[in-house]
Amino acid sequence: MTADVAVVGFAQSPVAVRDDATTSGVEMLVPTIAEAFGACGITKSDIGFWCSGSSDYLAGRAFSFVSAVDAIGAVPPTMESHVEMDGAWALYEAWVKVLTGDADIALAYGFGKSSGAELRRVMALQLDPYLVAPLWPDSVSVAALQARLGLEAGRWTEKDMAEVAARSRAAAASNPAAQVSGSVSAADLLARPYVAEPLRAHDCAPVGDGAAVVIMASAARARDLCERPAWITGFAHRIDSGSLGARDLLAAPSAAGAWSAAGGGSGAPVDVAELHAPFTHQEILLREAMELGDDVTVSPSGGALCGNPMFAAGLARIGEAARAVMSGRAGRALGHATSGPALQQNLVCVMSGEDS
Amino acid sequence: MTQPATAPLRAPLDIEFDYTRSLGPVLSQFMAALAERRILGARGADGRVHAPPFEYDPVTAEPPGDLLPVGPEGTVLSWSWMPEPLADQPLAVPFAWALIRLDGADTALLHAVDAGSAAAMRTGLRVRPRWAAARTGSIRDIACFEPSDGVADDDTDTGSAEVNPGMTITPVRLHYMHTASPGESFYLRGLAERRLLGQRCDVCGQVYVPPRGTCPADGVPTREEVELSESGTVTTFCIVNVGYPGQKVTPPYVAAQILLDGADIAFGHLVLGCDASEVRMGMRVKAVWADEGVSHFEPNGEPDAPYESYERFM
Repeated sequence: MTADVAVVGFAQSPVAVRDDATTSGVEMLVPTIAEAFGACGITKSDIGFWCSGSSDYLAGRAFSFVSAVDAIGAVPPTMESHVEMDGAWALYEAWVKVLTGDADIALAYGFGKSSGAELRRVMALQLDPYLVAPLWPDSVSVAALQARLGLEAGRWTEKDMAEVAARSRAAAASNPAAQVSGSVSAADLLARPYVAEPLRAHDCAPVGDGAAVVIMASAARARDLCERPAWITGFAHRIDSGSLGARDLLAAPSAAGAWSAAGGGSGAPVDVAELHAPFTHQEILLREAMELGDDVTVSPSGGALCGNPMFAAGLARIGEAARAVMSGRAGRALGHATSGPALQQNLVCVMSGEDS
Repeated sequence: MTQPATAPLRAPLDIEFDYTRSLGPVLSQFMAALAERRILGARGADGRVHAPPFEYDPVTAEPPGDLLPVGPEGTVLSWSWMPEPLADQPLAVPFAWALIRLDGADTALLHAVDAGSAAAMRTGLRVRPRWAAARTGSIRDIACFEPSDGVADDDTDTGSAEVNPGMTITPVRLHYMHTASPGESFYLRGLAERRLLGQRCDVCGQVYVPPRGTCPADGVPTREEVELSESGTVTTFCIVNVGYPGQKVTPPYVAAQILLDGADIAFGHLVLGCDASEVRMGMRVKAVWADEGVSHFEPNGEPDAPYESYERFM
């Protein structure tokens, strides 16, 4: 299979609770876009298509993404779109735009001021608006229901979960964008109290604000912008039922399906998998669903457990996977993004240093 | 704690909205039954009973046949503990969230269990609904579940049911700490001193008021600060004739786009102090100050600005 489009640039803002950042994301986006442009040696006039991912529920106002357009300098008018989803899905739209020939170079960005309100409570509004959201089940509690199912089914232990957190934090020590990092033992983590039994604080991604930017280019332009482009060999997304009580929360068929559709399990194996797992047990579940072996390096950036800016963290996973390819650290890498409660929706982007 | 004079301004932003939703044929039956203290499920093409019921079969996409009674007791399949309940959750005291498979059903319902303590919770626990006293046809007609002791429930219903058929209302209250951008904060601090402040873009030289912090044309930070005149020109306007809750000015009145002298972008404000029918494009106006900033603009008596002076800003 010949790849027609490659990721050529990635940048993200440091993840932190930022009192100085507005819900429009402009303050986080302007330097991040500038960094990505600098690495590719391009300016805004080179971008043929822009697509963003963000949410009005984080912003607390309608059409908040329109304010973010200030950050891209959309005068004269430019071709621009938005998804009310993680920026990874904006990247998918951008990929389609480049594949169809409508644009040679496209930029996807995601941003979220997760700290503007009580995030776990706001996230209840992503649930079924008739039968579930009126009860305000918060995102941490819903994930905890999934974690307990796996614990009691013998799929993982609390120690397994703590080891995911400890490994992620150690890996994040080399990631300047990480919100949480450092050396800690699983035993120390297990001595800490529950926040939503069976989840402890280390099992849950921290609340942080941030933005991520990924630039992609057609085969005709990619090598002009990047010495070693990360060629997209597969890109797919799938969704499972919105009914939490009707689906098997210990399977992630949409993750397995997206991975398979993106070429997973066929061709050369991946060296690196950047998984968007906002809870420790979800990394274990995703590895099982996608049948990733021990030879795959999982989330060398530290992953979402060390920085999970809503609506940017999934895009950042693809960016980190692309960076592993662009830097030569990986021959083939996958970036994964999730959305919805308990891994309801999943996206996989597979990239290779070889264009065929 | 006092903030430095350049820190972004922050303030609470509370949003409240009653989502009023039509229910459709399946959920209308389900909600109406809840008001009567009954729980209904739907049998799928594969024989599995879904409770709550599906609207369309997840396998065949067909609507369900007749709904069937399930529960009211059920079994906990999984649970998590909520030590400090959040606003609007079913209970204000520590409780468990649980996936509950109601008797006769194959799928689970998500709800709260008033178990008293985490030690009293376990997978496999038998639970029964505790009905709300005043029921409206909502999932909250089940106040919560509680451990079932196996003894038949006291069936006396001392509550009331008042259902608006086919509809359900969910009040949503969200609380934000809104942060103004550095540019907006600069502008708001200027208003407190009765000054109108803007910023100029280093690249294109355009003056933005209110300042945006970033030039929307160039995508670069705007740094140079500019103080603007209190006078400006009406570029375009409309006459508001409709009333709405919370309206502060009695219709008819004028909402206009005003281009301050020295600015390169117009902004919206009220034009009062004259009859609405007198307002026109090109009219010269000046700011009228109040404690909270500019109250409105009013005619300043100068001759109208020529069209060419503002046509670029329409």
